[in-house]
Amino acid sequence: MGNNKTIGLVQTQYFTFAEYKDNYLELDSGVRFGPITVAYETYGKLTPERDNAILICHALSGDAHAAGYHSPNDSKPGWWEDMIGPGKAFDTDKYFVICSNVLGGCVGTTGPSSINPRTGKPYGMAFPVVTIGDMVKVQHRLVEYLGIEKLLTVTGGSMGGMQALEWALRYPDKIASSIIIASTSCLSAQSIAFDAVGRNAITFDPNWNNGNYYGKPVPATGLAIARMIGHITYLSDEAMHRKFGRKLREREAFSFDFISEFEVETYLDYQGSKFVDRFDANTYLYVTKAMDYFDAGEYYGNGSLVEAFKRVMSRMLVLSFTSDWLFPPYQSGQIVDAMIKAGKDVSYLDIDSPHGHDSFLLEFEIESEVIRNFLTATYKMVQEERVK
Amino acid sequence: MKQYLTKDGRVDFSIIAEWINPGTSVLDLGCGGGRLLEFLIREKGVQGTGVDIDRDKIIECIGRGIPVVQQDLNLGLKNFDDGSFDYVILSQTLQVVHYPIKLINEILRVGKHAIVSFPNFAHYRMRFSLMLGGHMPKSKTLPYEWYDTPNIHNVTIKDFRELCRKENIKIIKEMHIRGKRTTPNGFLPNMFSNASVVLISR
Repeated sequence: MGNNKTIGLVQTQYFTFAEYKDNYLELDSGVRFGPITVAYETYGKLTPERDNAILICHALSGDAHAAGYHSPNDSKPGWWEDMIGPGKAFDTDKYFVICSNVLGGCVGTTGPSSINPRTGKPYGMAFPVVTIGDMVKVQHRLVEYLGIEKLLTVTGGSMGGMQALEWALRYPDKIASSIIIASTSCLSAQSIAFDAVGRNAITFDPNWNNGNYYGKPVPATGLAIARMIGHITYLSDEAMHRKFGRKLREREAFSFDFISEFEVETYLDYQGSKFVDRFDANTYLYVTKAMDYFDAGEYYGNGSLVEAFKRVMSRMLVLSFTSDWLFPPYQSGQIVDAMIKAGKDVSYLDIDSPHGHDSFLLEFEIESEVIRNFLTATYKMVQEERVK
Repeated sequence: MKQYLTKDGRVDFSIIAEWINPGTSVLDLGCGGGRLLEFLIREKGVQGTGVDIDRDKIIECIGRGIPVVQQDLNLGLKNFDDGSFDYVILSQTLQVVHYPIKLINEILRVGKHAIVSFPNFAHYRMRFSLMLGGHMPKSKTLPYEWYDTPNIHNVTIKDFRELCRKENIKIIKEMHIRGKRTTPNGFLPNMFSNASVVLISR
């Protein structure tokens, strides 16, 4: 295993903006929205030059708690503990690391489960539909609030990678680099289809009640099924074969009924029910929708990724995983090819791994090696640039 | 996959570096750890991109701050536009690819110029070793047994010139490496050179 050092105890902080009608945030849909509270955590120290800040963007089910522990009794650290901490890839001895919960989320940042101050009730479906671009606008406000003019890097896996890509396009001069991991410039029809099935599972749960279930029984079955589908897409044939095979749980022979008996079934049951305890079904709808809408080539280049990337002013590192079939390596390849055609600084590595899409959380040793090198080189360039 | 010529490698790098004009764009295929590109970017201000297949070499390039993408040259260069680089470098890589002729045509499509360097299989020691020893020749630059060599398309200077003639490829410059010395023509290069560097274009 990797480095066991941890950043230790950390605290989630909050920042609120767009509190008045005249400074509401304009969303990609055209709707003006506020107030917005952002939950965020920071690790490490900002240099006096303010040039060592790294923004970590989380994936679908992540949150602002990327590293360390909230209390000494916590059984689990933040979701990217393997990568963030003293001496790790995102070295908190060298860099100032920020992670925030996305707009539309359910772990501290304003989302459909937040109280609408105008009604005193949770937004539910009255929450506006948001995009990856909107999430990034909110992150940008946070970064400004923290007094950082230019980020050393923005990074994330999966949906986090989309946000990093969006940063490179929306705020080209506000970042020195981006690291895009197991991600894509737009979802394929297949990935949208999986999201659609997940959303259907939620909205067809009788408890969903058009999103008004707060204070009542939640659409647990629907959300659990959505999570199960998600989990299947995060693994791979080989990973499932290795992990479960055709093994039965707690029995030697078939029971000839319909109780979950294969290990893979009980695993999905467990993942589904565990997810319901910590995640909001409406957030699942909004965030998957934001992913489905994301199309960098369409938004910034009228359908051409090469055109879109002409605006990029930062370096880019793209990482994919051989067995990822949710955001397959060819989609990372499209980003890389378009960056080269646009004449930009891009590096690419397709990491050999059997773990499917989840590789970006599991292959931290090789990821650390690549990212550590990339950050060191980029930081050196940023410092040399300033001297000039 | 690719073997590095420790002695000659430096020599062929220095020839390549000399031939490349400052401020141009360079694609280095089989760039290894990125030493040549690092030199070209720092000293000549080129816009450089490397391509390699080996993970550790790529990580090394990234550590040097060299843009590098992982790609199998045997699958072609379809992702690169026509004439999108001033120079495409293929150093000590030609002999390891499956279809050298396809790759040469590809690099001349993508690059306005190409610089190819390769070990010379017709060096007199190789000839003697086959003639007298009766074994597939080995040398410092081509050290492998026939059954596990990555060098599957060994070539001589004469062969390379002939290929260029057949494919209507212009040879603009040649430089031959003999030990640590280099010569543009010299005495019987096909007999005495360990390796050659050739600047070509369409």
